[in-house]
Amino acid sequence: MRAILEVEDLSKQYRLGARQQSYATLRDSLAAAARAPWRFFSRDNSRAERVWALRGISFDVQPGATIGIIGRNGAGKSTLLKILSRITEPTTGRIRLYGRVGSLLEVGTGFHPELTGRENVFLNGAIIGMRRQEINRKFDEIVAFSEIERFIDTPVKHYSSGMYTRLAFAVAAHLEPEILVIDEVLSVGDLAFQKKCFGKMSDVAGQGRTVLFVSHNMEAVRKICNQALLLDQGKIVSAGKTENVIASYIEEEASGQSVYTIPPPVDEENAPGYAYKLQVEDGEGRPAAAVPVGKPWQVRVYFKITRRVEHFLIALGLWTNLNAALRASWSTPQTLEPGDYQAVFREETLLLATGRFPIGVGLSSFERSFHYVENAGILEIADLADGIDLVRISGVGVILNPMKIELQRSE
Amino acid sequence: MFKPAAAVATAQAGFNGRDASPQGSPSALPDEPLVVIQPSRSWVPLNIGDLWASRELLYFLIWRDLKVRYKQSVLGVGWVIMQPLLMTVVFTIFLGKLARVPSNNIPYPLLALTGLLPWTFLSSAITGSSNSLVGNAQLITKVYFPRMLIPLAAVGARLVDFVISFIILGGMMIYYGVSVSWKIAMLPVMVLLITALALSIGMVTSALNVKYRDVGVVIPVLIQLWLFASPIVYPLELVPERWQKLYALNPLAGIIMGFRASLLGGNFYWTPLAISAVVTVCLLVYAAYAFRRMEKTFADIV
Repeated sequence: MRAILEVEDLSKQYRLGARQQSYATLRDSLAAAARAPWRFFSRDNSRAERVWALRGISFDVQPGATIGIIGRNGAGKSTLLKILSRITEPTTGRIRLYGRVGSLLEVGTGFHPELTGRENVFLNGAIIGMRRQEINRKFDEIVAFSEIERFIDTPVKHYSSGMYTRLAFAVAAHLEPEILVIDEVLSVGDLAFQKKCFGKMSDVAGQGRTVLFVSHNMEAVRKICNQALLLDQGKIVSAGKTENVIASYIEEEASGQSVYTIPPPVDEENAPGYAYKLQVEDGEGRPAAAVPVGKPWQVRVYFKITRRVEHFLIALGLWTNLNAALRASWSTPQTLEPGDYQAVFREETLLLATGRFPIGVGLSSFERSFHYVENAGILEIADLADGIDLVRISGVGVILNPMKIELQRSE
Repeated sequence: MFKPAAAVATAQAGFNGRDASPQGSPSALPDEPLVVIQPSRSWVPLNIGDLWASRELLYFLIWRDLKVRYKQSVLGVGWVIMQPLLMTVVFTIFLGKLARVPSNNIPYPLLALTGLLPWTFLSSAITGSSNSLVGNAQLITKVYFPRMLIPLAAVGARLVDFVISFIILGGMMIYYGVSVSWKIAMLPVMVLLITALALSIGMVTSALNVKYRDVGVVIPVLIQLWLFASPIVYPLELVPERWQKLYALNPLAGIIMGFRASLLGGNFYWTPLAISAVVTVCLLVYAAYAFRRMEKTFADIV
């Protein structure tokens, strides 16, 4: 079948610091031109440092495909979307589009606080590329979707941020181009509404519309996309079935760090000791950048005692990536003589959901902490474990549920 | 780590639809791409078709500008009329009464108003459009549409103000008992010319303002100077004969005198008007191409 979208050897180069330079005053430019008149007119400013945001990307998309574009920050995802949406031009290469593109790099673009909800629906609709007739036809549906019927004639400056987002997303969700390009716009709004948007997007995908979707939310990518594309440093490193690409993304992410240096205590002179190194390990005690769900794992903390310390204990804490304290473990109090020590915190079955969990370390004597570091390291949890039901390891909260569930018919 | 070679192979294999089935996907794809995205050369075609296709958006942008402006100010539409009216009063007192500037048998307030109305339009249109791109940075970095719509909408909104402000002129003409002649037929031509002039200057300054923010500061000053370099609050006859040829090179001069002639029934000064028309058209064409040339960097630097 013919592709609806062909990307051929696409590259985009940015001038580093172009942003700061843009505010250069006319006077500076004229002064520079006086010194070197030929350079004022030539577009090549050879002194500026350049970076490639995208480098030689090629891929085809068949009609009806839903493609997740994933990768780290700065991998080039947003640049790709911006070029696809014709906001910025590529440096080299070309894209052929055989369908109308609608892009949502943001919801509520062009919303004006002084205008009413109704007025903003029309304005925003026109901005994202809907015809007036089309908006007229869908208006009731949009308002119903946004669930703010009562306030539709109120200026949006009086809206709560939730209402604002709902209305903005409601308009966006009714855009019906042949190719839909979406940046991480789902990460807004309350949970229930997010679900609703997810549903709407899956509908869109089901209707045979082509969708390109950038997200950091692997769960969303899994649900919406049947294919994925992994970018790294402006290049495609993996493409194909969503599951496989996400797996390689996680694997790549995991090829990161396992040993962390711990910064010294604030009150270094009065502390009777300090921790200086932390290592995340697998069940066999080998350094591991990522730990699979359901497997044994351990953290080894290296510390030094410089003065005899009584009632000493060492603690390890875990936080969620939203910075909520998750749990902590303490060693039993004891007296330590000066010397080098290691503490190993071990767990036989890791029952946390996939993600990154900051690790904190604390040393104390008589319940008084003398060295305490949040974010001393990161526990990266990968979902590569065998023998654990994949359905149950993500999107179900932070702590995995080992509960056995039985259904009984009551009399 | 990855095996790049294998990865590239899969990457180029392409994506297939979820249900590569006939019912799911639009079966009839056009043979030619609707759009080809590629780096453009330095001078790009104007793409009038693209502009025409987005006329609805232009309408909405103008509508937003008017609605917001009228909503936010207490006097609303009244302000559009007040501004030239107040200026007319000031100039009538200082130039008409105190300095006794000759006005060719036309009551001075009428002379000033017929000049100040188009001038107010020109000045507010240029100021408004030169800040329009910077003010709409949010739109430019998030959505695609022909960028020219933004200065166009800024000028368009002021054009609506301009049309509304004719109400006071009508009132004044009735008060002074001025009858309208066939010459009024030339009025639309004058409106068209001054709009084109405002648009061409607005396009260039808005684009320059993206890169050089001091343009936005300089423009109002230059516009003030332009007021006195054009026959707005005084008649052409006040300019020494030998300077008049040079003076006519100012495209605004011919247009303002044309306004006056078509409204108050004086003589048309055809040579300055022809010069104005030629200069304005050249400016417009140049401005449009220059704008298209500069627009591709807007999203990256605004």
